[in-house]
Amino acid sequence: MLKPNVYQEPSKRDYEQIPGTIVFDGRRATAGYALNRMCISLNSEQNREKFSKDAVSYMNKFGLTVEQREAVMKRDWLRMLELGANIFFAFKIAIVDGLTMQHVAASMCGLDIAEYKAMMRDGGRGL
Amino acid sequence: MNRIIGGIGTSHVPVLGATIDGGRTETDEWKALFDDYVPAQSWLSEVQPDVAIVIYNDHASAFSLDMLPTFAVGVAAEYKPADEGWGPRPIPTLKGDPDLSWGMVESLVESGFDITVCQQLDVDHGLTVPLSILWGQPESWPVKVIPIAVNVIQYPLPSPQRCLALGRAIRNAVSSVQGDSKILMVGTGGMSHQLQGARAGLINTPFDRMFLDKISSDPDSLAAMSVSDYIREAGSEGAELIMWLIMRGALGPNVEKVHSAYHVPASNTAAGMVVLADK
Repeated sequence: MLKPNVYQEPSKRDYEQIPGTIVFDGRRATAGYALNRMCISLNSEQNREKFSKDAVSYMNKFGLTVEQREAVMKRDWLRMLELGANIFFAFKIAIVDGLTMQHVAASMCGLDIAEYKAMMRDGGRGL
Repeated sequence: MNRIIGGIGTSHVPVLGATIDGGRTETDEWKALFDDYVPAQSWLSEVQPDVAIVIYNDHASAFSLDMLPTFAVGVAAEYKPADEGWGPRPIPTLKGDPDLSWGMVESLVESGFDITVCQQLDVDHGLTVPLSILWGQPESWPVKVIPIAVNVIQYPLPSPQRCLALGRAIRNAVSSVQGDSKILMVGTGGMSHQLQGARAGLINTPFDRMFLDKISSDPDSLAAMSVSDYIREAGSEGAELIMWLIMRGALGPNVEKVHSAYHVPASNTAAGMVVLADK
């Protein structure tokens, strides 16, 4: 769904060759603008309450795409990033849920939280 | 004359701030890491800086994607801790130094750094966690603070070369401003970590050790790498390390390494520190 960059084909960009890594560039910032605006609005306590009570109505005010709304409702963090969310913006939703960044990171790499914590205690994922 | 007395590079992991705020630094999980910050605290009480120029990145707190400056300098009289989603951290408001800030801004723009100027800037964990690491839980901060925010969350990031050059321009800038302040540079972020994608949890200890060594002895070699090199080696969020180059650039060519520390993990991150005294 991302349009090719006008300056260089995305597939030719060196950072696109880094495995398992989504670099938040202009194409993603464009696709994710509304979603990221919704996320940063959760810096306000009032908005966090509104989002907690009725996430669908709350999201409707920001013009998210159907796919983005679904990804948020499922808390599919990896999908949110693929659809243009920036990790630090998406994390605002996790804060409302009472989750830590470890939960989000574990979910994106397909581990449960205990496995992920054990991996980190053992020195993390190697290159 | 204003002079830079040294620089500190340190990670700014949120969990470290929460651990200090919650009074848990002496627990089994955290004691070894926090004990390793003591030499930095002792050095600070010896050299007594008046002002800390803190290079940090905002994490969706003060800057939305509506407007995201590549380099921004705070010129305010005070800075409040931001509400990042948990409510603001229970720490004192930071005092700024508007005269020094504005003087720096003039000098930086004159030297070709067309920076953004901020009169209102709530600061998030990127800036406040390092303050807590260095000074604990004081009733008021023992230094004035000048925040310099760097975009490291939306590509394109400034090049490592440009970061080192900005540091060097800051060295000229502070000495061009009237005053007699002892200034500490703080470069924050890193070390290796990746919070996203299938590679989440990445830690690259050999890279971090190399970086901790070269930041004092050969920063030009670190500036010669590309942003993509940093993302590949240190992780998508480990690329924050380019902010340490701004700190290092503001020091003289020869520095004395007072202390360094390295712990894995702090949450998702390799937590590193280096303390460099200007010679």
